[in-house]
Amino acid sequence: MKKLINNTDDVVSEALQGFAAAHKDLVRVVTDPNYIVRADAPVRGKVALVSGGGSGHEPMHGGFVGMGMLDAACPGEVFTSPTPDQMLAATKAVDGGAGVLHIVKNYTGDIMNFEMAADLAGAENIDVAAVVIDDDVAVQDSLYTAGRRGVGATVLAEKICGAAAEQRRPLAEVADLCRRVNANARSMGMALTPCTVPAAGKPTFELGPTEMEIGIGIHGEPGRERKTVAPASEVVEMLATPVADDLPFSAGDRVLAFVNSMGGTPLIELYIVYNELGRFLSARGIEISRNLIGPYITSLEMQGCSITLLKLDDEMTALWDAPVNTPGLRWCV
Amino acid sequence: MPVSFSKARDWIQAFAEAVAENKDYLTELDSAIGDADHGINMNRGMKAARAKIDAVTDPDVGALFKTVGMALVSTVGGASGPLYGTLFLRMGAATAGKPELSADDWAAALAAGLAGVRTLGKAELKDKTMVDALTPAVEALEAALGEGAALPDALRRSAEAAENGMKATTPLVARKGRASYLGERSAGHQDPGATSSWLLVRTAAETLGEQGGQ
Repeated sequence: MKKLINNTDDVVSEALQGFAAAHKDLVRVVTDPNYIVRADAPVRGKVALVSGGGSGHEPMHGGFVGMGMLDAACPGEVFTSPTPDQMLAATKAVDGGAGVLHIVKNYTGDIMNFEMAADLAGAENIDVAAVVIDDDVAVQDSLYTAGRRGVGATVLAEKICGAAAEQRRPLAEVADLCRRVNANARSMGMALTPCTVPAAGKPTFELGPTEMEIGIGIHGEPGRERKTVAPASEVVEMLATPVADDLPFSAGDRVLAFVNSMGGTPLIELYIVYNELGRFLSARGIEISRNLIGPYITSLEMQGCSITLLKLDDEMTALWDAPVNTPGLRWCV
Repeated sequence: MPVSFSKARDWIQAFAEAVAENKDYLTELDSAIGDADHGINMNRGMKAARAKIDAVTDPDVGALFKTVGMALVSTVGGASGPLYGTLFLRMGAATAGKPELSADDWAAALAAGLAGVRTLGKAELKDKTMVDALTPAVEALEAALGEGAALPDALRRSAEAAENGMKATTPLVARKGRASYLGERSAGHQDPGATSSWLLVRTAAETLGEQGGQ
């Protein structure tokens, strides 16, 4: 295992220290239990957004803490859900009296830990609503599994709902909006290489030199099928078809197209993917009216990408365009 | 012969030691169908629990179990943290204030723990989870005590049932948790959660059932 680390046990804490030092104008990092809050938390009268999950997906979630997005993020160990005491402490730290929205990705551990945290916060008279994000169409049989995983739509929901919270909209409305973003977004990812969790020391799965996994999860969960590596145009077809067919998106729709790197894939390849996605969508009469391209919800050093499409309406578009000032996403400020 | 506070503490120590000894084995089982961290996470949690239980000086078995549950909830993470945390928290609630446990108290506590796990995890039998080891363990324990068996014997039968339940997870297709994403590919592997649950019941038989003690 080759990694730029000191000690496998210190990966999360040392990364948090560096993050705190780099972004002290925007965020505050609290330890024991670990959480990241925006520097001006709590914001009086504003619904607070809290998310969290295992580490290793940076910039998600800590990189999205700041004005116009999250109020707090709870980082767990690498690929391991954070614990309820972290979520409770973060929830209390950001509660500005208007309630707290927990944005939870659909993984068994995340669901249970956030559920326990919401119970504990409720016992302390904090109004908590939770919305579960489950946009990964790679999971086909959601009746006999833990259900569709939360992936790319999480980033979009955090941005759009963060903007709505800045407008001082009430908790129930921000939660409804979050559910609407989730309902209108679909994603699918693929991997060219596996990744290695520092504490495990070896790759989470095996992938031959000419193989790729279509439908990969952000923790290396198996996808729909393993195939021989193909040109970007064909890979985009394999990812975008199930995404576009699932909602379904139809001619005349305006979408936000999010092309995400799994961590190891460079921007030059993401732009090739974006170009192919544009071709694919215009053949279906779907217009890309907004885009996001880059590493935003990663899987350590995994090479690969994911495609997320969000069907936009005027309200979501305006909220997407609203100012945001976080370490990972920043515009109009 | 009742289960004394010190025996209950011996059980926690023994479970922690068994988790430490089997850390790599649990992680290896988890790497086949999960995310290769079950042994690492459980060991971190039980180390934390061991460090905390020294502070429980009152002979209160409920407080002891609750302390273990809180330590697991706040250190393990993933799905195992809330599930094992809830197991011990419910066992603690069922035994609150008791300086020692009768055989029936122990059976009721374990049943309460299992009920908590089932409620939180929403898992049924044969979903390939820890429920597949704990459910037969509770049933065998209750059956044995119902037939008038002494505690050591009942505990032994409970551990055997857990072991059989654990082994029976191998051919199952996972329907809960991360392994469920594998679908049919999850068959042929023993469930790591059922395996750590077997360690829990086995160490209970080894420590709570032994003769002597206070």
